[in-house]
Amino acid sequence: MTAEPIRITVTVNGESFREEVPATRSLLDFLRDDLGLTGTKEGCSEGECGACAVILDGRLVDACLIFAAEADGRSVETVEGLADGEELHPLQRTFAAAGAAQCGYCTPGMLMACKSLLDRNPSPTREEVTHGIAGNLCRCTGYGTIIQAVMEAAKES
Amino acid sequence: MRRFHYLAPRRLDEALSLLTPDAVPLAGGTDLFLRMERRQTQPDAVVDLKRIPDMDRIEPSDGGLRIGALAPMESLAASSLIVNGYRALAESARVVGSIQTRNRATIGGNLANASPAADTATPLLALGATAEAGRVDGSRELPLEQLFLGPGRTALESGELLTAVRIPAMPGRTGSSFQRCVRTAMDIAVVNCAAFVKLDEDGAVEDARIALGAVGPTPLRALSAESCLQGRRFDADAAAEAAECAAHDARPIDDVRASADYRKDMVRVLTRRAVENAFQRARGEA
Ligand SMILES: Cc1cc2nc3c(=O)[nH]c(=O)nc-3n(C[C@H](O)[C@H](O)[C@H](O)COP(=O)(O)OP(=O)(O)OC[C@H]3O[C@@H](n4cnc5c(N)ncnc54)[C@H](O)[C@@H]3O)c2cc1C
Ligand code: FES
Ligand code: FES
Repeated sequence: MTAEPIRITVTVNGESFREEVPATRSLLDFLRDDLGLTGTKEGCSEGECGACAVILDGRLVDACLIFAAEADGRSVETVEGLADGEELHPLQRTFAAAGAAQCGYCTPGMLMACKSLLDRNPSPTREEVTHGIAGNLCRCTGYGTIIQAVMEAAKES
Repeated sequence: MRRFHYLAPRRLDEALSLLTPDAVPLAGGTDLFLRMERRQTQPDAVVDLKRIPDMDRIEPSDGGLRIGALAPMESLAASSLIVNGYRALAESARVVGSIQTRNRATIGGNLANASPAADTATPLLALGATAEAGRVDGSRELPLEQLFLGPGRTALESGELLTAVRIPAMPGRTGSSFQRCVRTAMDIAVVNCAAFVKLDEDGAVEDARIALGAVGPTPLRALSAESCLQGRRFDADAAAEAAECAAHDARPIDDVRASADYRKDMVRVLTRRAVENAFQRARGEA
């Protein structure tokens, strides 16, 4: 059976993209390979590590377990959309200040998870932060500085 | 992954007519995507159900609750109808994977996937749920027990979709609780357990249902544990005896997650906790 490529229109960080993709394309590969937005990372490709976390229509999701076609007509926020020009997002500033990134591989997904958390709950407790990033693995920091950065970003806003 | 046709119908009847034997329904994809990636499922067509309006609704119905098959875990955990009336179900939805998983993973997918460890299956069994199956020429309802045939196998026929889950009304003096034991936060359950009790005016058990997960080919009812509670008032002995019966009802196997013996031990622990907790709630104490 021949499966035709499908035309999809996806809004990414406010910009609309119209692309043709094979049905097998994941949202993660679509962002990285078709749109060249390589901020979003691939870790496990199994929904376990959160390196690929993006916000789809306002909800945090793992882009590695979603077909690009499922995002047709929907809106995606990635780490590239966090800063406003040269102006860093408060979480990006507090992450940098707290040393919440070491190798940095988890950071894009972690930032999106933390943004999504603060969107839902602007002043979370430590425990709520831990819960909110439970699906994001960091092999370097031990999470302490990440939690600190989120608490500080919450205080600022 | 093998190539396939992606279809995104906007109506239920259209989706049902697209469900040929070589097509599979797609809900949140948190099970299906990986199975396709690993070529354990190689459909010609994937029928995405998420564009069908209202299939994710959670609404009161016949005094009880009707939960659309497409309702994601995060919505179940946040629904005041579920949190207030069906606590065991809310508790199970809250622990499925991460927030990323829960935003996608649906109740219908959790049941249709028919994993013996499916976390919403045990509370739904304990709460007396039925499954609503739709097909082109109508729909039928079946007790949830009859939906599960074996690992990955359900009673849904080709061309049938799970459209909703129905849970009966919860009158006063009822309580439910969900308990599970996992290796790591993102892993599926080593064992899970849900208990439901309904007490009479004197505080004795009028009705009890206990369900166990990951200790048999399907999620199962612990029938001897249930009858051991019948007519009894709560005390530590009652909970311990029910737990012992549940361990006999369980039919676990050894696998990478745990040994059969360990699973039986966990059945004892979780059943005791779930029963105690359900009792407390039925008496308005927790
Ligand atoms: C990181 C991670 C953690 C997880 N943790 C847990 C956990 O803690 N507990 C747990 O129970 N599960 C867990 N899972 C498994 C999975 O998320 C759940 O089983 C989920 O509920 C599946 O729902 P879905 O909507 O994603 O189903 P899908 O993947 O879309 O579908 C699953 C199967 O059901 C079929 N199907 C879907 N909807 C219907 C329908 N309405 N009618 C008929 N057939 C249908 C599909 O064809 C497919 O065969 C986890 C998965 C991941 C990736
Ligand atoms: S790459 Fe998606 S969760 Fe790990
Ligand atoms: S900074 Fe290296 S994985 Fe998090």
